[in-house]
Amino acid sequence: MRFMMLVIPKGYEKAGAGFAPPVELVARMAKFNESLTKAGVLLALDGLHPPAVSQRVVFGGGRPKVVDGPFAEAREVIGGYWMIQVKSREEALEWARRAPMLDGDQIEVRQVQEMSDFPPEVQQAARGGS
Amino acid sequence: MRFMAIVPAGGGSEEGKLPPPELFAAMGRFNGAMAKAGVLMSAEGLAPSARGARIRYEGGTTTVRDGPFTESKELIAGFWILQVKSKDEAVAWLRQAPFGGGVEVELREIQEMDDLPPEIRKAVGR
Amino acid sequence: MGADAHRAIEAVWRIESARLIAGLARLVGDVGVAEDLAQDALVAALETWPEAGVPDNPGAWLMATAKHRALDQLRRGPMLDRKHAELGRDLEERQERAVSDIETAADDDFGDDMLRLIFTACHPVLATEARVALTLRLLGGLTTAEIARAFLVPEPTVAQRIVRAKRTLREARVPVEAPRGADRAARLASVLEVLYLVFNEGYSATGGEDWVRPALAEDALRLGRILAELATEEPEVHGLVALMELQASRLGARVGPAGEPVLLQDQDRARWDQLLIRRGLAALERAEALEARGGFALGPYALQAEIAACHARARAVEDTDWTRITALYDALAQLAPSPVVELNRAVAYAMAFGPAAGLEIADRLVDDPALARYHLLPAVRADFLAKLGRYREALAETEKAAALATNAREKQLLVDRAAGLAVRL
Repeated sequence: MRFMMLVIPKGYEKAGAGFAPPVELVARMAKFNESLTKAGVLLALDGLHPPAVSQRVVFGGGRPKVVDGPFAEAREVIGGYWMIQVKSREEALEWARRAPMLDGDQIEVRQVQEMSDFPPEVQQAARGGS
Repeated sequence: MRFMAIVPAGGGSEEGKLPPPELFAAMGRFNGAMAKAGVLMSAEGLAPSARGARIRYEGGTTTVRDGPFTESKELIAGFWILQVKSKDEAVAWLRQAPFGGGVEVELREIQEMDDLPPEIRKAVGR
Repeated sequence: MGADAHRAIEAVWRIESARLIAGLARLVGDVGVAEDLAQDALVAALETWPEAGVPDNPGAWLMATAKHRALDQLRRGPMLDRKHAELGRDLEERQERAVSDIETAADDDFGDDMLRLIFTACHPVLATEARVALTLRLLGGLTTAEIARAFLVPEPTVAQRIVRAKRTLREARVPVEAPRGADRAARLASVLEVLYLVFNEGYSATGGEDWVRPALAEDALRLGRILAELATEEPEVHGLVALMELQASRLGARVGPAGEPVLLQDQDRARWDQLLIRRGLAALERAEALEARGGFALGPYALQAEIAACHARARAVEDTDWTRITALYDALAQLAPSPVVELNRAVAYAMAFGPAAGLEIADRLVDDPALARYHLLPAVRADFLAKLGRYREALAETEKAAALATNAREKQLLVDRAAGLAVRL
């Protein structure tokens, strides 16, 4: 089973373009990433630049519009993620508990859907490559 | 450059409602086109937040709360990761996504090692 | 005890058990005793954690608990610490030494411990199925039931296999050590063989109802990734991981909506997992760099990974570089010849140079006793014959293949293909 661990750092919605995390946290993060790798469960990880430098592509009749961030109403934004491959939801939660976070941070754990989770007619419809 | 294009929850995604087959087919073609062009790195849907959990970190302890997270206006239903030459290219691809009105896809640039200041790269061992 | 607490503890166990068993195995010199001690620690956890909560460092708690048990047993009764027995000291002195070892033992670089455990579980003194069962049990954390289901054998058979494997290791006085020097290459090959065997059973099931068993492939991949972090300088470890990542990238496309197998040339490539492809290509690069450093050519797993990479890089089936693939199979046939490699070489030649070229190679395999019951030989010949317009022969071969196939889905695929051919006669 695959899970996304979505990091919701406290206050990241207000982070500026030049934001960099504290060095001490980064070191602990590197150790945690290494532990995921050594356990053979890490598939991918990335940090995301803050919403201040992001865009939104807005769909709604005609050519979609592009709007630049930041977005005033944003509250909980994603700062990064890990994708892991584990045997159960509980195992994903256990890994998430071990992540080095700061006070007020959250991690949202969500299961990645597999095509085989969908009914056959949906799987058939989704064939786009040929 | 890499971008994460985040698809927000909506249109019944949180209720586990599947989009109509035509939309699935259109999405399949869209993903296929991006794959053929070599820009698609990842395209994933996430199970509704009801099956998810949030872990909050406070004072050295963690508390776990099961979904759904109905109070959140920023739930994710899925995402793409694209590898492109520029932000404009990412936008150009995303404009072709088969979404109807009312959907806003957030385009976030992924941090590469080079983007980070030297002391951070040192801490990470690069 | 609440089901929630139980599941949470199980999850901790899955994360910690291999490392725990590995550390204990080094201390007591016996994997069977190590597993027993680890299980005792798990029982203790199941008793105390639901009330007291999971400790901040569950791994350390489990190790400390297991060590206490080990010391208790040593102080009380007969001792199974072989390495001290070998030195021929008298019982008391042996026990004192063992107690002191365990008390003062640092929690060693767990990497070394894991390597010791992997090599021991895959020791060539054990039959292949014993190595597989023991590895999945001690390192994969699979239950006896899960292993039994994976290989479609009864649970008591697996349980017996594991018991006997532990006994064989003990009686053969196999030390819990990672081999060095002359021994290492052969011992490593034994480990890689076990991992790839498990992977293949998940990628292309030989029996049962399902064509693929992704969970099993994932188990093997995970163990491979762990090994790649431990044996970082071994090119064939990275080669094997590369091969598994690249093949796993196709798992989602290998099965159709009704569970039917979808062959490589018919797969929806948009469903290939690009993340796994990237990981596979990176692992392959690592293997290549390591071999180049030593001035060596690629080993068999890396070669197979190169072949898989050729497919991965082809965004459409018509973009496949079949000529390169034939060259890679030629190299593989030199390095690690086998009838199966030869058959795959035939397929590559057919794709690159036409069905007659493929048939020429495949025909030479017809009398090979190793392939007498291998359904893919007649299946492949049938494919070439059909492309050459020799439909009657193609039908006969397809029916033969269907009769030999042991996996239900594959059999059905071949039966359907035979029906399609019959119509053309």
